[in-house]
Amino acid sequence: MRLSNTEQPFLGKAVPLRNFGLIYRRLRIDGPLLGGILLICALGLVVLYSAVGENMRLWTSQIIRLGVALVAMLIAAQMSPDFLRRWTPWGFLGGTVLLVLVLTTGEVGQGARRWLDLGIRFQPSEIMKLAVPMMAAWYLHDRQMPPKAGQLLLLAVMILIPTLLIASQPDLGTSLLIAASGVIVIVLAGLPIRLMLGLAVLSVPGAMVLWNFMQDYQKQRVLTLLDPGSDPLGAGYNIIQSKIAIGSGGLFGKGWTNGSQAQLEYLPERDTDFIFAVMGEELGLLGVLALLCLYVFVIGRGLYIAIQAHDTYSRLLAGSISLTFFVYVFVNTAMVTGLVPVVGVPLPLVSFGGTSMVTLLAGFGILMSIHSHRKLLPH
Amino acid sequence: MFIGRVVLASVVSILLLGTVVARLVQLQVFEYEVFAAQSQGNRVRIEAMPPIRGLVFDRKGHVLAENLPAYQLELIPEQVSDIDDTLQRLADLELIAAEDIPTYNELIDSGPRFKPVTLNFRLSDEQIANFAIQRPRFPGVDFQPRLVRHYPHGEAVAHAVGYVGALSKNDLGRLDGSDYAGTSHTGKTGVENSFEDQLHGDVGVQHVISNALGRQIPTDSREMADSLPSDESPAPGHNVYLSLDLDLQLLATRALEGRRGAVVALDPWTGEILALVSAPKFDPNLFALGMSQSQFSGLQNDPDQPLFNRAIRGAYPPGSTIKPMLALAALETGATNLTRKTVCRGYFMLPNTTHRYRDWKPQGHGEVDLHIALQQSCDVYFYEVSIDIGIDRMHYYLDQFGLGHSSGIDISGEHAGLVPSREWKRSAFREPTDQRWYNGETVIASIGQGYMLATPLQLAVAAGAMATRGVRYEPHLVAAVEDPVSGERTLVSPTRLDDVRIDSEEHWDAVIAGMHDVMQSVRGTAWAVGGNAPYQMAGKSGTAQVYSVAQEDEYDEDEIEERLRDHALFISFAPLDNPRIAVAVVIENGSSGSRVAAPIARAIMDQYLGYGDDAP
Repeated sequence: MRLSNTEQPFLGKAVPLRNFGLIYRRLRIDGPLLGGILLICALGLVVLYSAVGENMRLWTSQIIRLGVALVAMLIAAQMSPDFLRRWTPWGFLGGTVLLVLVLTTGEVGQGARRWLDLGIRFQPSEIMKLAVPMMAAWYLHDRQMPPKAGQLLLLAVMILIPTLLIASQPDLGTSLLIAASGVIVIVLAGLPIRLMLGLAVLSVPGAMVLWNFMQDYQKQRVLTLLDPGSDPLGAGYNIIQSKIAIGSGGLFGKGWTNGSQAQLEYLPERDTDFIFAVMGEELGLLGVLALLCLYVFVIGRGLYIAIQAHDTYSRLLAGSISLTFFVYVFVNTAMVTGLVPVVGVPLPLVSFGGTSMVTLLAGFGILMSIHSHRKLLPH
Repeated sequence: MFIGRVVLASVVSILLLGTVVARLVQLQVFEYEVFAAQSQGNRVRIEAMPPIRGLVFDRKGHVLAENLPAYQLELIPEQVSDIDDTLQRLADLELIAAEDIPTYNELIDSGPRFKPVTLNFRLSDEQIANFAIQRPRFPGVDFQPRLVRHYPHGEAVAHAVGYVGALSKNDLGRLDGSDYAGTSHTGKTGVENSFEDQLHGDVGVQHVISNALGRQIPTDSREMADSLPSDESPAPGHNVYLSLDLDLQLLATRALEGRRGAVVALDPWTGEILALVSAPKFDPNLFALGMSQSQFSGLQNDPDQPLFNRAIRGAYPPGSTIKPMLALAALETGATNLTRKTVCRGYFMLPNTTHRYRDWKPQGHGEVDLHIALQQSCDVYFYEVSIDIGIDRMHYYLDQFGLGHSSGIDISGEHAGLVPSREWKRSAFREPTDQRWYNGETVIASIGQGYMLATPLQLAVAAGAMATRGVRYEPHLVAAVEDPVSGERTLVSPTRLDDVRIDSEEHWDAVIAGMHDVMQSVRGTAWAVGGNAPYQMAGKSGTAQVYSVAQEDEYDEDEIEERLRDHALFISFAPLDNPRIAVAVVIENGSSGSRVAAPIARAIMDQYLGYGDDAP
């Protein structure tokens, strides 16, 4: 309050704006980040309205979820990085226990055991999306950079435990994203380039091992990517229809709610994993480029926050959250355009669905917390 | 260090995102045309619009086959929660037959869930009223209007006009599948079948927007409809005018009531068929509407075989109806002459044998010449001359009258009949002893028994050739085909066949005089029928033995007796000096040609020549 008073003379008549800024600062909100997120969400809601076939009930339920997620973001923003860091090991441990519980007592949905009912139904894997990078950052925060071999091994185990637990649900997409969020922390912490290249080489036999662990439908998705035409009515159908939708959209699109692929149900999962194709069909190349620009802006802002952060834990965590968000965007858009196999990753902040939205915005809340608590921390 | 890594990660991210952008540019800019075409092909479905089937008229313009709106009961599977229960309740209301429920279940399971399944092709007014009250209890079930083939005088013309039935897999193999997309019925028999091409018309196409499941989307609801290709209207089928005279058909149908048999009447100078009736009759509307399994098997298993078209498929021993033709053959070949007389003692024996070939009149006809032999139908006279004619020359003449081979009528399924010859016997039998022709077989062939078979249609054609003194035309039912749009009518011109080669006009005179006296001289066999006619006519009766009732068939006593009676046949033409109509009548187990078959022929001729009860 006192700080604000000193600024008063310079602000002149812009009292409402000043008050706005005040509220922002009090709530520890990062304006540019929130602005970018809200723009993405707004664009997402516009596309979703068309993708759910103008079903108002589904559409408003998504708005409500967005509201809940924004509240989660606000709450996360209030938790100081110090507080988060102290509670990180417990959060990680708790999340791991819940994952084990899912495997033993969880509810089955669509052939996979992913849900847990503890008063509210939720997927514990969502917790791990944040808990894994936090744990990796926690482990590295008071250690000498770059990490040593033994430390890396321990980190690898920490990341692998939840990854394998989630992979066995089975939920390959989420487990890979969670592993990525942990690996990103290690990379940011200074994993030697030589080691990275070496791992890249090792990933070939690793992929072969993974192949053996994959379910038949997952193998099919990989095979389909290589040759979608081989099974046009089966596994290849999604990719073929998705490519037709995007390609037929052209530069300017067929117009909002006028995408024939989407509206006539040729495009499967049009409101969830394949919503990017709806956008490409109805809003065209310009529409999807606009969305990608917004994503780049949000990610850029996140990385800026990471660079500005004052302690190792905050830096690593902020960097990981931002880059993981990028991984989401990339995997989904690459999958929908037929560049990578269909792995079931939603388009962040746009696809229909609640849980992942809450996790995503909670992550952004952490970014805001890191940025807003920065000046208050002693050097 | 950290900043360096962030920069590195950013560079990698930008590169990855660059590939996505490059991919988007590839799909949306460079390959746009390809995908735009694919998406158009995806959503536009070509829907067939079935044409309206052509009408069938008789020679006076009476409608014989038309299309009437009817209400059918439809069920949309996806809107019905409990299909079994719904079908059962519909059966309880007698809207569908309970026995057909398994068939309906199959139909419902086989198609897409949103596509209506027809349960009942025509609801009666009562059923509609019944269902209207109960409708709220049957979500997903409703009645819909459609056009149904209707035969207003169905039973009287069933065997000539034929009927349409639901398209079967077999039909689709035979017909042009694309032209029949959307068509539900096709001609199965008669003119409906043989003139299917003209009656059906051409299918139209409508472009509709459909979703991935094939469900049609209303085109006016979205801007997507703008770029649809233009539709093509269906071309209605051509109307067909038959040479049939409905009044004759109704008359013949009434006359054959309660009997098995057939009547064929034709115009001998054109070959136009004026009447073609087979009894027992059946209702062709049952086929157009669809009937229950039990109704169909009832028709099929009826021992009287109502579906069997006796007029063109029934092959009967022609009996004495061939005697006029044989008389001509005998005169032409010199086997007899107009003055030769023979004494009929009631039987005939071949030289050096003891077997007696009996005359129908046990005490004999006494002294007979050709004229009396025809007038009184003396068998012995023809027994005698048959040996001199010989079977091969008999075949030569009868063949010219159209016996023993298909007449070429414009509906399918006719029986070729049979006129035996030495050559035929050689090819028809395997054992050398069976292949030999015996004189005794010639003797019985002379009274139209033995191997000889003819259809009522062939007998009418032969009677016609007799009437015209050898000028022959191919018999046909269809007189004209009309384009309903332009109104342009194409007449079917009569096809003239080879004349019967009879060298002497005197021979014609003699034989026709004999046939005249059959009907209009006191001693003629059909004097009772033709004696009081106000016009002159010629005729010949026939009574053919039924010798082949299969022993294993189970009939009660009365039935056996009835079915062992002789077939009654009659051929005739009138007026004598300027013939306009030739008639053949066959009554199975009718006992006597002159007493049972001849009156029917007389009634037909009276009606056609303007002397009938209800004639103007």
